[in-house]
Amino acid sequence: MELNDIIKPENRVYQKPRLLNDNHMHYCPGCSHGVVHKIIAELIEEMGLEDKAIGIAPVGCAVFAYNYIDIDWIEAAHGRAPAIATAVKRLQPTKMVFTYQGDGDLAAIGTCETIHAANRGENIVIIFINNGIYGMTGGQMAPTTLLGMKTATTPYGRRVDLNGYPLRISELVAAVDGSCYVTRQSVHTPAAVRKAKSAIKKAFENSMAGKGTSLVEIVSTCNSGWKKSPADSNKWMVENMFAKYPMGDLKNV
Amino acid sequence: MAKIKGAVVVNVERCKGCDLCVVACPTHVLALQPKEVNNRGYHFAYMQNPESCIACQSCALVCPDACIEVYRVQE
Ligand SMILES: Cc1ncc(C[n+]2csc(CCOP(=O)(O)OP(=O)(O)O)c2C)c(N)n1
Ligand code: SF4
Ligand code: SF4
Repeated sequence: MELNDIIKPENRVYQKPRLLNDNHMHYCPGCSHGVVHKIIAELIEEMGLEDKAIGIAPVGCAVFAYNYIDIDWIEAAHGRAPAIATAVKRLQPTKMVFTYQGDGDLAAIGTCETIHAANRGENIVIIFINNGIYGMTGGQMAPTTLLGMKTATTPYGRRVDLNGYPLRISELVAAVDGSCYVTRQSVHTPAAVRKAKSAIKKAFENSMAGKGTSLVEIVSTCNSGWKKSPADSNKWMVENMFAKYPMGDLKNV
Repeated sequence: MAKIKGAVVVNVERCKGCDLCVVACPTHVLALQPKEVNNRGYHFAYMQNPESCIACQSCALVCPDACIEVYRVQE
């Protein structure tokens, strides 16, 4: 069979989701942000939420998320996305409101907003991209940086005596009464992408059903910050990040 | 037994040559162009061994830039 016989519209089984527009994404080659954008766009389309979804974009590499997924967005000040999401969801309870935040945004400057939004049980979804580093600003240490991990501000590796311990946000959010669903996922293999997609789907459903706060942590790579190739970054993530940030559901009520 | 034939189409100008699809493909269909580059200077992905594609979509699922369309035919 010739390629021409296979490559026909009626035989197409996978294509770029319509809501992910044709703008060139500014992310580094192989960055996990792109994969997560893609599954969010697919889900919003598949779940018929195009007119209901409102995203709150962070400060960090995903600051331009609103340029890539064609839904309504608000750009929050650094770390404040859950506070904005709270207001939007309370004013427009029929909308599906989610934040999209990195670990510098969410786990450092925005820890307060995150924990309190979850503790109040706001009916929002928090998508948390944990790549263990501040990507956008040049690879400085984040609260989530692993012990021993070299960054621009820990050139000899993170030390407990100087920098404290890596912060596990999902465990904190799972511990407060207002959260209904907390899960840790990744997007480094086809199977992981499928699982992460079902997790985000469940979170979106929870927001619509008014069940409380859902947090989906995606343990991710920042190959530029980690100074590795995209494929090596995935390997490093599995070998190092997964020990501190194990995969799976932490809470599902 | 019905045989599955697959093929992919790479959006060449969108591709950043990250290599993740090449690594994800179970049947070693894909490779990065060794010399040729796109408008942004990236060595984009292409089907080096098109006859081996089984339309599993692994490459498309892990692609961060949604550059890959997958086609499937049952012979
Ligand atoms: C109030 C304020 N403080 C600090 C900064 C600088 N800043 C910009 S992005 C960022 C952290 C980004 O890291 P992360 O949230 O992990 O996202 P990534 O870039 O890794 O995706 C910081 C500290 C800022 N823009 N505003
Ligand atoms: S700096 Fe890191 S997080 Fe930012 S786009 Fe590049 S790889 Fe992604
Ligand atoms: S669809 Fe599957 S077999 Fe075909 S190129 Fe992609 S990963 Fe390889």
